[in-house]
Amino acid sequence: MTAETIQAPRRRRKTKLLPYLLSLPALLVCVGILIPFVTAVYYSMLRFRLNLPAMKGFIWFDNYINFLSDSEFWNTVRVSLLYTGLTVGVELVFGLAIAMLLQKQTRFNNLASILLLLPLMTAPALAALMWKLMTNPNFGVLSYLVQLAGVSDFKWASAPSTALFTVVLVDVWVYTPFIMILLLAGLRSLPRQPFEAAALDGVPRRFVFFRITLPMLAPYMITATLFRLLDSIQQFDIIYSMTQGGPGNTLLVFQVRSYLEFYQYTNVAKSAALLVILWAITYALSNIFIKQWLKLRERARGSA
Amino acid sequence: MSQKAKDFFEQYKAGKISRRDLMLGAGKLGISAATANFMLNAASTQALAADFDWKKFKGAKLHLLLNKHPYADAMIADLDNFKALTGMEATYDIFPEDVYFDKVTAALSSKSSQYDAFMTGAYMTWTYGPAGWVDDLGAYIKDPAKTNPKYAWDDVLPGLRASTAWNGVPGGALGSADAKQWCIPWAYELNSIAYNRKMYDKAGVQPPMNMPDLVEKAAKLTKDLGGPYGIGVRGSRSWATIHPGFLSGYANYGQKDLTVGADGKLKAAMNTAGSKAYHKLFIEMVQNSGPKNWSTYTWYQVGTDLGAGASATIYDADVLGYFMDGGDNKEKGNLGFHAFAPNPEAKAPTPNIWIWSLAMNSFGTQKDAAWYFMQWASSTEHDLFGATKTDFVNPVRASVANDEAFKTRLNKSYAGYVDQLAASSPGAKIYFTPQPLFFDVTTLWAETLQKMVAKEVPVDEGLDQLAATIDKQLKDAGLG
Repeated sequence: MTAETIQAPRRRRKTKLLPYLLSLPALLVCVGILIPFVTAVYYSMLRFRLNLPAMKGFIWFDNYINFLSDSEFWNTVRVSLLYTGLTVGVELVFGLAIAMLLQKQTRFNNLASILLLLPLMTAPALAALMWKLMTNPNFGVLSYLVQLAGVSDFKWASAPSTALFTVVLVDVWVYTPFIMILLLAGLRSLPRQPFEAAALDGVPRRFVFFRITLPMLAPYMITATLFRLLDSIQQFDIIYSMTQGGPGNTLLVFQVRSYLEFYQYTNVAKSAALLVILWAITYALSNIFIKQWLKLRERARGSA
Repeated sequence: MSQKAKDFFEQYKAGKISRRDLMLGAGKLGISAATANFMLNAASTQALAADFDWKKFKGAKLHLLLNKHPYADAMIADLDNFKALTGMEATYDIFPEDVYFDKVTAALSSKSSQYDAFMTGAYMTWTYGPAGWVDDLGAYIKDPAKTNPKYAWDDVLPGLRASTAWNGVPGGALGSADAKQWCIPWAYELNSIAYNRKMYDKAGVQPPMNMPDLVEKAAKLTKDLGGPYGIGVRGSRSWATIHPGFLSGYANYGQKDLTVGADGKLKAAMNTAGSKAYHKLFIEMVQNSGPKNWSTYTWYQVGTDLGAGASATIYDADVLGYFMDGGDNKEKGNLGFHAFAPNPEAKAPTPNIWIWSLAMNSFGTQKDAAWYFMQWASSTEHDLFGATKTDFVNPVRASVANDEAFKTRLNKSYAGYVDQLAASSPGAKIYFTPQPLFFDVTTLWAETLQKMVAKEVPVDEGLDQLAATIDKQLKDAGLG
């Protein structure tokens, strides 16, 4: 038997194993994600407070059923969705407007797009603390400017009527550059022919924007919206740093409530149940967006 | 240092001369104050070692979890003496208060043995104790093999010993015969009035006599001073808003957070007529004379506003006023301290207290060594060192609170503080009902207070809703 005939089965075995070896890292990551997820689902079906160990027991879906009749829970759903809708909507409009302004590649525009990215590099918790100081009624620069504009006694994050506005403002300041940079990249990569043709035909700019720019930019907008949506509905740092969920229950979004349930009340089960519901909402929303994105891609391929 | 100087400290160690004579003599020998303090404490440390084998765990390495606080700073300043006394190493992680208790919860709930001992408050042990995260220290205190005969546990103020001991029964009295000592009092703060004397003089007002008087004077100060507001109190959506001035006044009006039925079941008591009347007064005070962004105020904002001259009064921890009256604060030296009984019919103040304490991690692997650290850190020697040389105020030991050097130092720098402490401390204790849902109840209470101050809900209706919600939570947890 020659050396070659001995080595052939070994090589075949290696080739057979290769796909499994290559998929091993992905499998490990998947297991790493699934273990805490399954644990959270399990905990959410328990009655489990760390400081009442004697009460621990399996109660199936009671935690979820209790939420249905809990007005505080529905307030959390309402506030989380409102916050998400407002931040993503405003950031999309502002991000698109700024991207359009910076579309042309000039030295100034390139510099401006880099400078506009700076808020994104600030940790959101730090940005929130910075804004908390700027909106302080005693010495905050924004309070001073608002007073100069004739609005007195504007309480920013400390009044229920203006708290949501204030945290949305901070979120917009931090994350608009994220949408702006994605849309700017999209705008600059669009083919020039349709725009040149429209210019030659003398098509009005509004028509170009709504009939050419927006449809062609839609996949980028959906991608940017999806990323921001997933992040925004899981908001924690800005709200917790500025108000801890207050005043009252004005800003008690999912993550803040879940955090308090665990770290302050040691109610592991309720905290886990809230996060599982948040996961379900996030999953449903991302599914809708991904389906839309796939549809657009199919349409783009079909027209190509 | 000369032999003469060394002999001088030896004489003190042998009890032949007093602390005062020692410091005077050291000055005459040309020894600087800092060197004298160090030598004095080293001498005290050696005295501590006389009848107890402090070197039993020589070579052990302890790891501590500390909150960034002047009390921790005082301990760190004296830590070399602990190392010299025991031969142990002590390292620590130190976190700002905003995240400190989350870190403790994360460490203990994961059953980590990383930390041997940690700083805590008594309220937290109502969670940590039943969860099995901290050890009952009563067993250590009573064991002569583990505790220095000079430790003098009885010297710790009785109200503080009781406030840190609980039998684990929801609603059970603090300090009962079957109570477990979940933590060791380290230093404490009681809640009273600190005020800006210059501003009070300018507005021509005297310190408030009671709550209606405070409401009135705070409004007058706000109006007359033309800038600073009248009264600083906490307002964030947290348990920490309820426990300082607010609960001290509430208790002075004879009100309770919860009642315990004959069957041991708990029931919310915030919606009584007396409670509603007190809430109305407090809310009126915040609305008329509090900080504009009250609902975001923690102890930090309350304190810094007083120190910066942005507020005229605070109803908060007495040591907060103490810290603001020193350092490089704008109003340094301008503050006054005033014992306060809010109820016009009350005979004395009833300040609720916050006790920074030391607790032992149940999952630690060197508990006896950790206990050595804890008894050193809560010893008379360290307490005296901290109270006289650093900002380890208020001292938990009667002997230190009555020490002449301590009183002289405070009287010299902080006008009226000693008198305030003497008048307030007899009624100072924890006025909450100990039970595992403490943080749920107090956070909900703070949330309701915010809604009522913002006029989102009328006081009567808000307190009825609060009581109903708390009753439901207690029932769900099997406590109500």
